[in-house]
Amino acid sequence: MINKTVKNVAEACTGVKSGMTLMLGGFGLCGIPECAISELQRLGVDHLTCISNNAGVDDFGLGLLLQTRQIKTMIASYVGENAEFERQMLCGELEVQLIPQGTLAQRCQAAQSGIPAFYTPAGYGTEVGEGKESREFNGKMHLLEHAFKADFSFVKAWKGDTAGNLIFKGTARNFNPNMCGAAKITVAEVEELVPVGTLDPNQIHIPGIFVQRIFQGTDYEKRIEQRTVRTKEHGA
Amino acid sequence: MALNKYQIAERIAQEVKDGYYVNLGIGIPTLVANFVREDISVEFQSENGILGMGPFPWEGEEDADLINAGKQTITALPGAAFFDSAMSFSMIRGQHVDLTILGAMEVAQNGDIANWKIPGKMVKGMGGAMDLVASADRIIVAMTHTNKAGDSKLLSSCTLPLTGVGCVKKIVTDLAVLEVRDNAFYLLERAPGVTVKEIQEATQGSLVIPNEVLEMLK
Repeated sequence: MINKTVKNVAEACTGVKSGMTLMLGGFGLCGIPECAISELQRLGVDHLTCISNNAGVDDFGLGLLLQTRQIKTMIASYVGENAEFERQMLCGELEVQLIPQGTLAQRCQAAQSGIPAFYTPAGYGTEVGEGKESREFNGKMHLLEHAFKADFSFVKAWKGDTAGNLIFKGTARNFNPNMCGAAKITVAEVEELVPVGTLDPNQIHIPGIFVQRIFQGTDYEKRIEQRTVRTKEHGA
Repeated sequence: MALNKYQIAERIAQEVKDGYYVNLGIGIPTLVANFVREDISVEFQSENGILGMGPFPWEGEEDADLINAGKQTITALPGAAFFDSAMSFSMIRGQHVDLTILGAMEVAQNGDIANWKIPGKMVKGMGGAMDLVASADRIIVAMTHTNKAGDSKLLSSCTLPLTGVGCVKKIVTDLAVLEVRDNAFYLLERAPGVTVKEIQEATQGSLVIPNEVLEMLK
């Protein structure tokens, strides 16, 4: 079995340079590649284009790279909950491309699948459609959207084996599987790295062929953005 | 009396039918889940990757790996399924989701909706809203009839950047239930104690008033 294991996050990020385009998995702070983001901050690479559904919060997730002005362009679907992001965007320091969430996911998926472009109805008739090719199918208008091109894809999984096979947990799955194999190099960090043969092949979400580097992550904070609970008094 | 957000959610819950897969937006729509009749089977989809979403967890049982699209901690009901974002939007774009309930800043009498951007002021992004409104067959908007400044949110045409064109069919506000029909808002029901005149005054777009306008059913 091909061994994709690298020692640590530093080795996993070898080759990341300023000006590159990076994909980062996660939805809000759920399922984000925490170790890779910390390492990118430590490396100090800048002028990055980051493709991720959200931009983190002020002091966590991609918000860390915004603090240090390492991101030049952010491609996302939703960027609320981040004051520093809003400030950089409104004063023009940060270039932002907001795109519909389904289109974002499918542009990752298309890159993974070798599909150069596809049509979707999302955004037709809105400013998202401006300057884009449109076409009618079955009496409805659609926009032509292109697969992303990225240098690195950073994903986070729950479990992985040394061959790069991945299993995700709960809604921490989100964009992570779609970003695997969607960039030139896919780096997976996992909460639990196990020897080949340990994972049940029936349970694997992403086969190792889509992953170039895998490492055991450390010190996961897994911060909760909106802690909402039922209490016995108000419960139902 | 105008309805509060819980009462808006309660009224919308009547539109949820047995066997529906439903996507709930952030805000008032999220509350709808609390009012769905217990004798029908409904599954809630959250676009970040869960079908069969349950209520908030009990204190101490929160799981960072289990959230809804509003980033709130949730639970998964028996029979729930997790999936990736591309598959989630296959459910939405492929029209496998039966009903979409979402909020809005403005709705136009032709069914246009705006809910993602106020130029120069608020830019949060559209999230999954553009995909949802472009594909869903049944879309219900949950919102207040007027904004905080008192201006109508039911307009002849939207002034804010659009989320989708000609897609809204039904609107439930704190004052009324309306349908978009033939380039106008058709008044179906009024909130208890709210007069047709009050609704008229709060509606900037064309409003069609049938001979009889019933009070909302509780």
